[in-house]
Amino acid sequence: MSIVTVQLGQCGNQVGHALFDVLCSDAQEGQRKVFSSSSCERFFHQTAHGDLVARAVLIDMEPKAINQSISRAAKSGKWRYGETSHFSQKQGSGNNWANGYCVHGPRHRERVEELLRREVERCDRLAGLMAIMSVAGGTGSGVGTYVTECLRDVYPKSFILNHLTWPYRTGEVIVQNYNSVLTLAHLYQLSDAILVHENDTVHRICSQLLNIKQISFGDVNSVIAHQLGGILQPALTADSCGVYSRNPLGELVSCLTCHPEYKLLSVSTIPQMPSSSMAYSTFSWPSLLKHLRQMLISNTKMEEGIDWQVRPPAGAERTRTLTGPSFNTSLANLLILRGKDVYSAETGQRTDLRTPNVAFEDPALFTSWLSSEDAVNVWKTPVPFNKYEKCATLVSNSQALLRPLDNMVGKAWNMFASRAYIHQYLKFGISEEDFLDSFTSLEQVISSYNQLR
Amino acid sequence: MTQSVVVQVGQCGNQVGCRFWDLALREHAHINKKGLYDEALGSFFRNVDSRDCDGGASVVGGRIQHLKARAVLVDMEEGVVNEILQGPLREMFDSTQLLTDVSGSGNNWAVGHMTYGSAYREQIVDKLRKASEHCDCLQCFFLIHSLGGGSGLGTRVLSLLEEEFPEVCRIVTSIYPSAEDDVITSPYNSVLAMRELTEHADCVLPVENQSLVDIVNKIKRMSHDGKPGSVIKSESTVISGQGGLSGAEKPFDAMNNIVANLLLNITSSARFEGSLNMDLNEIAMNLVPFPRLHYLVPSLTPLYTLAVNVPTRRLDQMFSDAFGKDHQLIRAEPKHSLYLACALMVRGNVQVSDLRRNIERLKPSLPFVSWNQEGWKTGLCSVPPVGHSHSLLALANNTCVKPTFMELRERFTKLYRKKAHLHHYLQVEGMEQSLFSEAISSLSSLIEEYHQLDATRGRFMPDAPRLSIAV
Repeated sequence: MSIVTVQLGQCGNQVGHALFDVLCSDAQEGQRKVFSSSSCERFFHQTAHGDLVARAVLIDMEPKAINQSISRAAKSGKWRYGETSHFSQKQGSGNNWANGYCVHGPRHRERVEELLRREVERCDRLAGLMAIMSVAGGTGSGVGTYVTECLRDVYPKSFILNHLTWPYRTGEVIVQNYNSVLTLAHLYQLSDAILVHENDTVHRICSQLLNIKQISFGDVNSVIAHQLGGILQPALTADSCGVYSRNPLGELVSCLTCHPEYKLLSVSTIPQMPSSSMAYSTFSWPSLLKHLRQMLISNTKMEEGIDWQVRPPAGAERTRTLTGPSFNTSLANLLILRGKDVYSAETGQRTDLRTPNVAFEDPALFTSWLSSEDAVNVWKTPVPFNKYEKCATLVSNSQALLRPLDNMVGKAWNMFASRAYIHQYLKFGISEEDFLDSFTSLEQVISSYNQLR
Repeated sequence: MTQSVVVQVGQCGNQVGCRFWDLALREHAHINKKGLYDEALGSFFRNVDSRDCDGGASVVGGRIQHLKARAVLVDMEEGVVNEILQGPLREMFDSTQLLTDVSGSGNNWAVGHMTYGSAYREQIVDKLRKASEHCDCLQCFFLIHSLGGGSGLGTRVLSLLEEEFPEVCRIVTSIYPSAEDDVITSPYNSVLAMRELTEHADCVLPVENQSLVDIVNKIKRMSHDGKPGSVIKSESTVISGQGGLSGAEKPFDAMNNIVANLLLNITSSARFEGSLNMDLNEIAMNLVPFPRLHYLVPSLTPLYTLAVNVPTRRLDQMFSDAFGKDHQLIRAEPKHSLYLACALMVRGNVQVSDLRRNIERLKPSLPFVSWNQEGWKTGLCSVPPVGHSHSLLALANNTCVKPTFMELRERFTKLYRKKAHLHHYLQVEGMEQSLFSEAISSLSSLIEEYHQLDATRGRFMPDAPRLSIAV
């Protein structure tokens, strides 16, 4: 079962390239034939000569980023992009969502759909579609939203996962908040699940966990690729009966996004360390899970600086009051464990008060209207991932993104109140009404997540 | 990859333009070792097979045969253009790109804008159209002119550009006269021109002669200093034309080189690759929150490179310098006014963490308007300019341009009150007194718009109340 990826804009193309790199090198590691072939089938298509060609369509409104990704993939010698699987124009979208959505998207619709159709037809069976993009710029956000609409139109029964990179809070693009608000509001109606990485968070991982002194976008993209790869590589799920799941996106969606108001997913991966330290470290599942659980509750994305004071409400009684300033309530959680001795890892109910608290199924972590057994899913795969002997990834539908989202909407609203930059959007075809609609949708989402407590 | 066309108007425009083409060639020669006509070169130059009498351009990827600048040169006096045609850059321009006349505009905006503007309208449009037809995907027109002299033709060209090519971005580099300008009527010319700039340009990069003079003097002082540790690499200074085609330096060359470098840096990310590209249309999008407030203060660093190797500390120094007064191309106090938006275009081996670190460091000392506290637009281009390992261009949309405009208005009013020299303008056909009053009122309302924003500085602005959702 294969996933077709659409890489949109500079960020989408850079992240996508890093992802395929990780997937390919992980798949070809060691002697794991079944895993290998399952992974390759999922992400690559093999030519008659034995070349691995990524199942991807690269889209950008200007050629530089795409050319870079294509040539770097070719240089790796291990995999490449399809020769004709890309589409670019000469002039970008100018960081303008309206330019991307109202002008470029429709103008190039046919060509893009053609490329997608070709890629989808190369798959024996389609597991779903994944669009990778940023929300700050013009192409990733605007054209990305339009393309997601097309995907929904042309493949109404397929699962669509959107991977979004949120920009640094202290500005990369001045109108990033407008672009983000417009994108998120539209995607909420179209996407099955929205998986988010924030540049700020990943940057901190690079500096504090990976000890990188001069952090480049390449470093940031590697971390994102590692976390995404940990989710997307083949895994044994509860339903897959001993073989690698044939429906990865479907299972992801059914575990996590059971309600249309709640689609925002965040990711945490443990451990993350410089490759030079890996040889000297040993990991135990109880320790990894204990840290991961606390990372979830206190809403930290790194195993450093975790606030161990934050605790879920004690006892069986769930009160509506806050138990601590930063307690993060979840709707659903998916734990993906990969590596040695994975079947010994305990994640369920807390049975013994003396053992470290690794109970993910503790009802106190969750909102009251979903039973904790349904809210937690665990996928255990004995195959190690990306050179880590043991690796645990937590995909969470929780309040983790509430604060950043609220921040983003607040800033966009402030700017909108003064009508700054609005003339730039209006001249490409959207109206102030469209802005207001988007703001309304997102306030609704914020309100829903707020009420999880 | 997109192309840009440079339209250089008048004596000043053409002199600056000439330096631009020289330095552009130098920059590309430095990077393009294989002699292939690549896309980056294509953004400013056409590659022409001189045996082909049609002058048709050859495709990207072939060998460089004969480069022609994507430029249109206009001047109502032929002196400067003739000099260019006799100089080492003569091969870059063919006759279809030139438009000259003999007598000049006599430092009279009305003569340039009205008389010559109408007389030569068709020819100008024709040449512009030709230049744009040679382009695969024309993104931007760069107009270079001064405001003090007979700036009329420049502004006429600007309005023609808007009429004929409304979709193409118009970035205007305007040289503002200093108070001691030797052209008496420069305040009239400037204010009449400013109205056109406010109405028809997408972005204006104001440059003051005095600031250029100050920068030139500063560099000359450094090079004559002779102190150990302060020896500069002479070809790396922002005023140097060394390594270019032109031999000896002419009087205004040093100053004009600075403006030429400004244009090279602005277009660097559109021409070369990097980890965070910044195209020309993104500049207008991010830096212009309200249509008329499009005057961007440019700052260039470094001005020179020391001959010794530079540690990372220097990198942070470069960011600090960009916000210091010595590196601005107009005299103004941005730190005492309000930033509406700011763009940082970094070239060379600089990573995103360096950029973030410096933004965090400098932010507290820079007052930004309340609704744009994080008003930074950033770009990273991997290719540094010639002679440097990295460089930074800062473009700030800041209310500090208000005093400059107010001064201009005052100098205008001094003359206008007495009706001094007015008859020279009014006797030109098409010119009416109402144009004067409209121009000054346009300037006044521009100043007022900046003033309104300035008034919010330092005041606590509460957040706009959010939409409330029925639960």
